[in-house]
Amino acid sequence: MSVRIGVVIFPGSNRDIDAVNALRIAGAEPVPLWHEEASLEGVAAVLLPGGFAYGDYLRAGVIARFSPVMRSVAAFAGEGGLVLGICNGFQVLTEAHLLPGALLRNRGLRFVSREVAIAPERLDSPFTRAIAERGPLRMPVAHGEGCYYADDATLDGLERDGQVLFRYVDPVDGRIAGGDGDPANPNGSLRAIAGVTNAAGNVAGLMPHPETAVEAVLGSADGLGIIRSLVESAAERAAGPAAVAVGSR
Amino acid sequence: MNPTTDFRFAVNVTPKAGILDPQGRAVEGSLGHLGIEGVSAVRVGRRIELSVAAADEAAARAIVERLASELLSNPLIEAYAVEALGGASSTVGSAAGATA
Repeated sequence: MSVRIGVVIFPGSNRDIDAVNALRIAGAEPVPLWHEEASLEGVAAVLLPGGFAYGDYLRAGVIARFSPVMRSVAAFAGEGGLVLGICNGFQVLTEAHLLPGALLRNRGLRFVSREVAIAPERLDSPFTRAIAERGPLRMPVAHGEGCYYADDATLDGLERDGQVLFRYVDPVDGRIAGGDGDPANPNGSLRAIAGVTNAAGNVAGLMPHPETAVEAVLGSADGLGIIRSLVESAAERAAGPAAVAVGSR
Repeated sequence: MNPTTDFRFAVNVTPKAGILDPQGRAVEGSLGHLGIEGVSAVRVGRRIELSVAAADEAAARAIVERLASELLSNPLIEAYAVEALGGASSTVGSAAGATA
């Protein structure tokens, strides 16, 4: 039986179909979760897809934070449940204070839609465990507000505690991207940060789109390792308590 | 029921000092085309105007402060200032009070 993973749909989500497709390819059963419903339907993990939830009014992600489904997602995350936010989903998670930092307007002011390369900082997280090596992964970005920002003390803490999950890198040599003006850093993110986790390590977000880089026909299958990692980790957690219960009898 | 009054406020939200404001920079960069000199430190923010029904201005302001910090601004990156606007109007809080 395949593991059930929720895909939250806000008014304005537009990458939910890609997320559903990627989860299926990775062997999971996607479960659509409507923003007005508080129930997570017993899923083993939650994916917040890309898009423009609530039109990105006020600030990207902020209105979504107050939806019934997000209250449940926050409670789920608080209990250690796995939550992955992609692009707008990442913005929603920072606005909901489930992830540190904020996503600012791209430094170049333009909406950026093109392929970038990122590299995982660690391969022992629930979101990167199925990735073969720490080399560059090619996948698209498509956002206007993706410049990762936190104050220096927070950034130092994230680096010290292993909460930086992905950085933008040069697609050829894997060197970590620079700041303003380096084409390898599409939005001017501080310290080239493309994705982070919370302190507990069960909530993660990234601006690039691994879910649209899951088949060679899409131009890259490099994102599949991230989706597979989520599916494997969720399956393990779904099986965990049951296996213990059976074993203890 | 106590009668309430509508109080009108504006909340001005701006990027915090030290936060790069690419919009402000773009506006500043365009000033040369107008032949204007001596303008600097442009910051682009947003202004939200709203009315709050409350017993008094302090109570209304407390609601606006909460809204400003929890929803209208992101305290990590933005500062806000609450501004009282004129034009408060008294209304009666409940029909029961009106007919008593």
